[in-house]
Amino acid sequence: MEDNNMEESEQKLEIEVAPALITVHPAQESVSVAVGSNLRVFNLKDGCGVKLIDENGGHKDSIRAIRYSKSGHLLVSAGDDKLVKIWGTNSWRCVHSVVSEKRVSALAISNDGMFVCFADKFGVVYVVDIGGDYDFENAAVAKKKAFPILSHYCSIITRLEFSPDGRYIVSADRDFKIRVTLFPKKPENGAHEIHSFCLGHTEFVSCLAFVSSKDYPNGFLVSGSGDSTVRLWDYASGSLLDTCDVGAEAGNLHSNGKQEDILSAVTDLCATSDGSLVAVAIQSLPGIMLLKCKLYSRTLSVAKVVHVAGETFIPTSLGASSSVPLLWMVMGASSSNIHDFESLARVRVVSGFTTTNDSESLVSEKLVLADKEVPGGEPLLQALQGKLTIGKEAFVMAAEAVQTSMRNLLIKKQYSAERREFRKRGRNDKKNQTID
Amino acid sequence: MLEHESISNLTHSKTTGLPRKRFYRARAHSNPLSDSHFPVPISPSQFDYTLHYPKINSSKKIEFADIGCGFGGLLISLSTLFPDKLMIGMELRDKVTEYVKERILALRVSNPGQYENVSVVRTNSMKYIPNYFEKGQLSKMFFLFPDPHFKEKNHRRRVISPHLLDEYAYVLRVGGIIYTITDVEELGVWMKSCLDGHPLFEAVSEDELEADPVVKLLSTATEEGQKVARNEGQTFRAVFRRTAPCVLD
Repeated sequence: MEDNNMEESEQKLEIEVAPALITVHPAQESVSVAVGSNLRVFNLKDGCGVKLIDENGGHKDSIRAIRYSKSGHLLVSAGDDKLVKIWGTNSWRCVHSVVSEKRVSALAISNDGMFVCFADKFGVVYVVDIGGDYDFENAAVAKKKAFPILSHYCSIITRLEFSPDGRYIVSADRDFKIRVTLFPKKPENGAHEIHSFCLGHTEFVSCLAFVSSKDYPNGFLVSGSGDSTVRLWDYASGSLLDTCDVGAEAGNLHSNGKQEDILSAVTDLCATSDGSLVAVAIQSLPGIMLLKCKLYSRTLSVAKVVHVAGETFIPTSLGASSSVPLLWMVMGASSSNIHDFESLARVRVVSGFTTTNDSESLVSEKLVLADKEVPGGEPLLQALQGKLTIGKEAFVMAAEAVQTSMRNLLIKKQYSAERREFRKRGRNDKKNQTID
Repeated sequence: MLEHESISNLTHSKTTGLPRKRFYRARAHSNPLSDSHFPVPISPSQFDYTLHYPKINSSKKIEFADIGCGFGGLLISLSTLFPDKLMIGMELRDKVTEYVKERILALRVSNPGQYENVSVVRTNSMKYIPNYFEKGQLSKMFFLFPDPHFKEKNHRRRVISPHLLDEYAYVLRVGGIIYTITDVEELGVWMKSCLDGHPLFEAVSEDELEADPVVKLLSTATEEGQKVARNEGQTFRAVFRRTAPCVLD
């Protein structure tokens, strides 16, 4: 029994891989992909890969979050090496490296580019005042200090997001919670005023996105979860407006008779800039699901599933610029010893990521671009993927490893009553008692 | 049924019908950081009032919460002092919760019509407060003789902390009162300084404390309080009011 226990915990450590991430410059001037500790950037303006300059040699462990500021002047990356790196997108130099006490799990940049917020694995959100991102790269390199502003008590924060008007910071955690907090003018003193909680998910919340339009400038909040639903919220009141069971929809679409006993988690969300369409990445779905979001009637419904021909492409992260109607997707994972595979990153792009007035024709024109049609073409894929051709088995192994790691990280372990008693017996504080 | 009766005969006093504490012994402390394995309502609207308050009109909402209620001494006193308010004790240790539940059920039987407004739930209030109460639902919260967690490394386990106060401020209505008391001076200073430093709380004046019948119960009604009094120990109290946020901020 004791040996079993050891084996189990050892395995868990080895299995843990980080999913590949993608983020797109707001004007699509560049695209960034993170795989493991590797941050790869392709400059679409010049059509070449970017060499990042960092005196400290970049990240040392898996990157868990990457993000551009709204103006596109800076890129922020952070992860398991407890470093938050702030890069200028002109020089591609690491201007600041902020040290976190714990591993970083999520990032957000305030809409005005004044503050970088990051969350650690123990549920604390910190703020760093970077004093605006416009003249950022020329600013004197001062040591930036991080101040804790709010906390989800001992829960892993999975996402951070600012509301479209910048008044609120929204944080999601693995204990099914979404917290909407007023973001104060002087955040260093803490963000104490909780505006609402959005409660309704029955598993960890994995991703957040705002949907807003000219008619609804403050918009609504969309969240994805391990309970395989996507939910639409009025974040001002915390009330649930609509629930879309995307897991069931995805299951219907490619049911091969095999019933999955575990719900397939939603891993990422990406909304169009007019808030009418939300792309959803689901762990069991090769391809991408598009949801129609009607802001006036406050409903979410499945519009279409876009399949990717020729490979088992299950996206791990999504991104889009605010100006070009393309949806960028990456599938991949950091390298893993146990599965004996190298890190994988595969980038695909879906065209027509926008809505037209004719709501029926919207559904037909989404196409997965061939590699040659992707902006930047093969040089981009070479830079972001690391290589152009990827073996079939790599996809399957990466999908499995990502799914297992996510489950280990975010789903509570269920033990039988006996097993729990056994584990209690092995606890350190008890051991000391028996020695006495 | 027969079996149940024989068990309750063993654990309950023959003369009063109340549960006897020695059958509900538990560890003095419980780790609030560990993963929980008990059911938690998804949201406050899913909290089952009919289960906890079967004789109460269902439109009423809980107004008082005793966080870490222990053996429930304060709740029992408050129940008769505020017969028209619903109140709940929240306790992490399952055996202790079980005791309080039995105690309330026995009191309801021996005092028909009374103690229908009080109940208890096993939960980790440091993690799940927003799952039980809506914004501004509570008018009183109690934190009596909480675990002191002396080591600095364990300060984050303290039930009063700057970040947790944000959540308490969320469930308390403006004007609502938070009552804290401890016999550990270091913790008393800590709780007071946390509340003093929080923008949504202000100290309640001495005059008001004099007039508040609840304040006297803090040190007399609970089992911990009585123990401190028996040993002629000192207590440290901090009572604060939830204030409206400053509009300028």
